[in-house]
Amino acid sequence: MKKIFALFILVAIISLFSGYSYALDHKEFKLKNGLTVLHVQRTGLPVIMASMLVKASPLYESAQKPGVAYLTSAMLAEGTKKRTALQISSEVEFMGASLGASTNSDYTSISLSVLKKDAQKGFEIFADIIVNPVFPNAELSQKKRILKGSLLQKEEDHSYVAQKRFLRELFGQYHPYGRLVSGEPEDIDRITRSEIQHYHNLKYRPDQAILSVVGDISNEDLMQLVEKYFSKWKALSGGELIASNISIQQTVSAKSVMIDRKTTQASIVFGHHGISRSNPDYYAVSVMNYIYGGGGFASRLMYAVREQRGLTYGIYSSFNSLKEPGAFSVQVQTKNESAAEVLSIIKSEIKRIRTEEVSDSELNDARAFLTGSFPRRFETSSRIADFLVAARFYGLPEDYIEKYSSYINSVTKQDVLRVAKKYFSGTNYLIVVSGDGSKIKLDDMEFFKDLK
Amino acid sequence: MKRILALFAIFFLFPALLSAQNFPVTEETLSNGLKVIIIEDHKAPLATFQIWYKVGSRNEPEGKKGISHLLEHMMFKGTKKYGPKEFSNIIQRNGGMDNAFTSKDYTAYYQNMSSDRLHLSVELESDRMKNLLLDPKELESERNVVLEERRQRYENDPQSLLYEDVISAAFKAHSYRDPIIGWPSTISSITKDDLFHHYSTYYSPSNAFIVVAGDVDPSKTIALIKDKFEPIPAVSKSPVLSVAQEPLQEGAKRIYLRKEAELPYVILTFHAPSFPHQDSFALDLLSVILSGGKSARLYQNLVRTKAVAVNEFVSYNPLYNDPFLFMIGGTASKGVSADALEDAIWVEISSIVSEPPSEEEVLKAKNQIEASFIFAQDSNYSKALYAAIFERHGSWRLSEKYLDGIRKVTVADLQAAAKKYLIKDNSTTGILVPAGKAK
Repeated sequence: MKKIFALFILVAIISLFSGYSYALDHKEFKLKNGLTVLHVQRTGLPVIMASMLVKASPLYESAQKPGVAYLTSAMLAEGTKKRTALQISSEVEFMGASLGASTNSDYTSISLSVLKKDAQKGFEIFADIIVNPVFPNAELSQKKRILKGSLLQKEEDHSYVAQKRFLRELFGQYHPYGRLVSGEPEDIDRITRSEIQHYHNLKYRPDQAILSVVGDISNEDLMQLVEKYFSKWKALSGGELIASNISIQQTVSAKSVMIDRKTTQASIVFGHHGISRSNPDYYAVSVMNYIYGGGGFASRLMYAVREQRGLTYGIYSSFNSLKEPGAFSVQVQTKNESAAEVLSIIKSEIKRIRTEEVSDSELNDARAFLTGSFPRRFETSSRIADFLVAARFYGLPEDYIEKYSSYINSVTKQDVLRVAKKYFSGTNYLIVVSGDGSKIKLDDMEFFKDLK
Repeated sequence: MKRILALFAIFFLFPALLSAQNFPVTEETLSNGLKVIIIEDHKAPLATFQIWYKVGSRNEPEGKKGISHLLEHMMFKGTKKYGPKEFSNIIQRNGGMDNAFTSKDYTAYYQNMSSDRLHLSVELESDRMKNLLLDPKELESERNVVLEERRQRYENDPQSLLYEDVISAAFKAHSYRDPIIGWPSTISSITKDDLFHHYSTYYSPSNAFIVVAGDVDPSKTIALIKDKFEPIPAVSKSPVLSVAQEPLQEGAKRIYLRKEAELPYVILTFHAPSFPHQDSFALDLLSVILSGGKSARLYQNLVRTKAVAVNEFVSYNPLYNDPFLFMIGGTASKGVSADALEDAIWVEISSIVSEPPSEEEVLKAKNQIEASFIFAQDSNYSKALYAAIFERHGSWRLSEKYLDGIRKVTVADLQAAAKKYLIKDNSTTGILVPAGKAK
């Protein structure tokens, strides 16, 4: 059931911002260079987790140079003015610490986990890779080869292939959400060292970064630590570089894509455009999606496709609510012969939730889960650190944690019906199926009417 | 079950665990033999409840491979008191999440939730320990779910399929050779009676233990558990635990898998002892020296300098019940043959002897192991998991012994272990040969 577990986490992150019964009491301060620092002190375990959010992602890069944000973050720990790549990994690993950077559709975060006793050294290296990376050519060509190899190997996973194609078809390759965050292998090849250096100068700036630190450290000690290692960080140039093609065609006509692979299972991605994180209907959509297909074993899709018919190991729907409107999608794998049946269930469940009010018990269960599970999202220090920076990035209000439960509990059956009608299309679906074309009976499916 | 693979990755880094923790542990064994372990951590009003049964694919008879895992699935399909949808619905309605996993040695069920809802776990888990329905209609549906799970995890993932194949080839006698999920034919043929027999044999309080971690009062929690679990009688017949021992391997074995894939993939396996065998400590450290991060030998030499691989791994879990495998593998770079990658891996193995790890390399690996268990204590789930893995081996207290063993390992021990186990005659090599694509 690992897959189910992983997806649960994904769904939890997507709807990360949800009710909390006890306060997350954080302190905030700013350095003179504009760096915002958020802090939660937690004693009991001698560890410190830090997360630095930087506005670097496909959203903030040119569509002509896809992948530059990703490659820049991937290169941060590959050499600085003071240290070689090997020195960085050796020093970090010698402390039993971990240090890593990742870029998603919206932002880049650099994370440090370090034992309290190693806080000085840990922060020194953490700051070094953020402020002083030099992107050595030799390391860059190695990194490119490794990234391209990993991308190639991922092509073996047919659900990855279907998902990638789905986003490409839905958003188009010039939209930041329509391409791989890393870029395709040919994109990676085109990025030069000086472009990375330039991108770093442009986007890694203290006045637009947010740092959160959670763990066994006092506010006073943290202030000293941050002052010591981050005060010399200066913004080198101004201006935001924002991708030019964010405009989305909301009215796409129904489309189906078949990717023929010799597999025993079909991997299906079904969906259309969704909503942004700032959409006021976010909470009603969260409740609606939980009932439809986001709620794991509590959802209608899991019941109909897995529990009643045994057609899959797992089926999930999600509204990827990002800075800009992301995708609504249903993802499922089933034996080739069942693909048509599963697609018809996905569609009929959409029709049902768009035309009939959900039951009282479904509504109550969804509200109870979304509010009741909220504290678990803040169990560990690293999850609190990630939440604090993301909440700031998405502009969630200060009282968000206290208010979340009331937002969810105010969602009514009428709201669920209203948002189902508004955000589910009755007709215009994009369907991508990767599987054995000789066994998938396309003709049986009205979805594939436009497929030649 | 891939979940199990994910656990491997953690295992090699966690050995010491509970010894250095500040969290109080309370234990009690009920009159029916059910052991209860409570780990207190009051930093958040949350808890995890886990119940572990000492049965896994290791214990399965011929022709019934996959029965432990199928039974795990059926445990969610209803009792006399709670219908097939009820278990997870009750947990989710209360803000919790629940899941389960089956390994070669054990089957475990857990719920993560607010600590004030712990009584729900106790009620539901005690109920399904004795009152499982095994409804035939539900069984037919769930059998298909498991076949889909098998397709998803193995049949359509060439690297996972090679992993399954190479383990099967490495063992000729021991039941570790069979995949946890079973074979399509055995999954299809297991009957309700088979499942009931397995359930009534192994799901006895005397063959299980409970671990609770989080914001709980130990005496109240134990009282709660006693109330619901103590009336369940222990199964009188003792579980059949005789498992064929694996004879000594005396010569290299190789297997090939031809499958649609992008890059060649190589896995070398070596029979290796389990904890508390003296050599298990050195092998565990060796796995970290070889593959414990970007500064470790395999990344530096295979991925970076020689550029023969795009990724590499070492998997050694010393906490198998019986001797299992030390595994080394990786995905070849584009244009690099499986042979070239395999040769490069053998160079690294020889260099453990020819270029002994420096004192600093050894200390770094020891530090990584020590630190990783401290970090793991940030979550109730992993605290309970780590205690349980040692408990499955005899006692959660053994983590102390483990840490001592790790600390005492010398460079000479590492070299001796490499010379003894990482040799051709003890190896089974699996090669994924990318076949033509249908694109």
